[in-house]
Amino acid sequence: MNLTLDRKAAFLFALVAVLYIGTGFVQSWNTALSILNMGLISAIMALGVNIQWGYAGLFNVGVMGFTALGGLAAVLVASDPVEGAWGATSGWQILLALLMGGATIAAAIALWGKMKGHKLRGLAMAGLLIAGFFIFRAVFDPAVATVEAIDPALTGNIGGLGLPIILAWPVGGLLAAGAAWIIGKTALGLRSDYLAIATLGVAEIIIYILKNEDWLARGVKNVIGLPRPVPYEVDLQANQAFVGAMQGLGADPVTASSITVKLAYAVLFSIVLIALIWLTQRALNSPWGRMIRAIRDNEVSAAAMGKNVTARHLQIFILGSAVCGLAGAMMTTLDSQLVPSTYQPLRFTFLIWVMVIVGGSGNNIGAVLGGFLIWWFWIQVEPLGLLLLQGITAGMAEGWLKDHLMDAAAHMRLLTMGLILLLVLRFSPRGLLPER
Amino acid sequence: MDFLNAIVALLNFVIVPATAYGAQLALGALGVTLIYGILRFSNFAHGDTMAFGTMITIMATWGLQSLGFTAEPLPTALIALPLGIAATAALVVGTDKMVYHFYRQTKAKPVIFVIASIGVMFVMNGIVRFIIGVDDQNFADGARFLISARDFKEITGLDEGLAIRSTQAITVIVAILTVVALFWFLNKTRTGKSMRAFSDNEDLALLSGINPERVVMITWLIVAALATTAGVLYGLDKSFKPFTYFQLLLPIFAAAIVGGLGNPLGAILGGFLIAYSEIAVTYAFRKVVGYIGPEGWSPEGMLQLLSTDYKFAVSFTILLIVLLFKPTGIMKGKSV
Repeated sequence: MNLTLDRKAAFLFALVAVLYIGTGFVQSWNTALSILNMGLISAIMALGVNIQWGYAGLFNVGVMGFTALGGLAAVLVASDPVEGAWGATSGWQILLALLMGGATIAAAIALWGKMKGHKLRGLAMAGLLIAGFFIFRAVFDPAVATVEAIDPALTGNIGGLGLPIILAWPVGGLLAAGAAWIIGKTALGLRSDYLAIATLGVAEIIIYILKNEDWLARGVKNVIGLPRPVPYEVDLQANQAFVGAMQGLGADPVTASSITVKLAYAVLFSIVLIALIWLTQRALNSPWGRMIRAIRDNEVSAAAMGKNVTARHLQIFILGSAVCGLAGAMMTTLDSQLVPSTYQPLRFTFLIWVMVIVGGSGNNIGAVLGGFLIWWFWIQVEPLGLLLLQGITAGMAEGWLKDHLMDAAAHMRLLTMGLILLLVLRFSPRGLLPER
Repeated sequence: MDFLNAIVALLNFVIVPATAYGAQLALGALGVTLIYGILRFSNFAHGDTMAFGTMITIMATWGLQSLGFTAEPLPTALIALPLGIAATAALVVGTDKMVYHFYRQTKAKPVIFVIASIGVMFVMNGIVRFIIGVDDQNFADGARFLISARDFKEITGLDEGLAIRSTQAITVIVAILTVVALFWFLNKTRTGKSMRAFSDNEDLALLSGINPERVVMITWLIVAALATTAGVLYGLDKSFKPFTYFQLLLPIFAAAIVGGLGNPLGAILGGFLIAYSEIAVTYAFRKVVGYIGPEGWSPEGMLQLLSTDYKFAVSFTILLIVLLFKPTGIMKGKSV
């Protein structure tokens, strides 16, 4: 890597570190670590988007959906099994219905291919799909009713496997990869805007499924209290050795326990992030990475060199989405809960895009930097905006306008993010750390 | 009699609401398709443009109401609409000057325009939330029904009632007037013709002396009018909530693409296609079938294909099917 860029990167990362450490001194170390943990996850999401956009120029605005699928994986892998949910007329029957639904679609696709040129092709396929749909509903509906009837106040879903939640991380990646395969198969190869709209739609649909299919992850009743990969604060406070050690250091055991837990998460997330940076950098600088960039820069000539453009695009799309799914599972692990209504496209899709554009598309380190930086701003714009508005309204008489302005401070962050995105895109379109 | 009842039930629960919704979508999709035709990018900020225009209209409506001025029996918002359009026009023209103009000059790739429109979306969304907040606002006043279910039952003697809300009727009438005006403008006036020429073939249009900046400016003015009208009609018919307007982006895009991006007639067709399918697929047909079916034979289930929560999935599925089998849309659109 060229030296000036290295220096610039080191300088910018130091700057971000100052922001985080400053938060620790000015606000509290608890806050700083909370922001850092989500910053690590955001950096991973930004890496995922950068793989798609920076390496291959694929415009994916369905990050939210892949993140949510990761969260679903955390529930399915780690929550406690529900007794009776996997009887012959419940869980397994749902699975059977889903398999039948998938088989119907596969059969319809096969039929479409087989009957090429036949007059009744459209009619036959429609007939097959409609019949398949009704059979699916006939098998699916009673099973769902059975599952949702099991203790609906507490569970009412198929439950999880009760495995360690760390296992959910790769599973989240796999789920997202599977979804990406289906989307990529249909929407890649069309124009760039179409992929954007297709991914936007799929993300919305995934969230709707999570909200409405109670049998899956309890819908809007939310899944709370997922197990943790790190100890609980109360256990640490009850642990004599820990309390003794902290008092020896002169720290309050309660604060120390929550900081310890957050630090443990930060270590886990950092390991994943560093591994991913290493892998993505290796991939980018390999012959494969050069091929991908060659395709991005000139599809026609890459195709003329015998590169399979569509297949490579599909591969990249799946890889990037899997990284987003992994980050989603990590986020649900950090929250210990899955709340489908918190998934908002502005926060989970477009904010990640701001991170990548600001950080520097095509540059993995830049995307990571953007993740940390923008996440810090996203959190801090609210208190900063409040301060600003307090300053503005200080001389104002008490009244409707003052109250309104103070309430509106919460919405400053969208405005700020939009302005940052527009300014960077206009004046520094290659981002803070450009691709070299 | 039963057959008539079935038709009335179908009209009441499917046809009438879907027609109003379709008209709103069609106006929204017309805006998207015009921008695509002239500026050649998918405008992600369109939903928030609609929200902005609606917000200004709502505030003007409140102003008029507080002055004691209403448009009984019509909603006051119709009087306030021109003000909303003017403010939105100022906003989008300003946005164009500050954001998109630069990328046109540097001949940036379409996807850069799309990303810029995402930035604009954030800013507009922030402005709307900043000014009016995130809550539901109901600003419809005037007569509630053109014909209420009870009146209809009394007049016709049928068991089923047919209610037509005045906002639904207004939606359809305003939409028809808007579309007629738009097509008259595009087909008959010199400026409209130059817009179509620019959309069909930019180079030839430039050669024949059409000023591109003027065409772009007029496009934004028209889009502001269309977006505000669509937003106000949607808000009158349902209610105004900024996040809902952002979500409308999906069915609007679907309508524009299904109809063929860049093709105004296609956008209207797409809007109605999406609206009818969304409502037909998520409507429980039990009542209708109960009337038509033999005596005493009423279906057990609700006969609802999908729960109403999945209405976005319907527009999206149609979008996917069209993209797979006819990527340029039903009426031939463009493809970059």
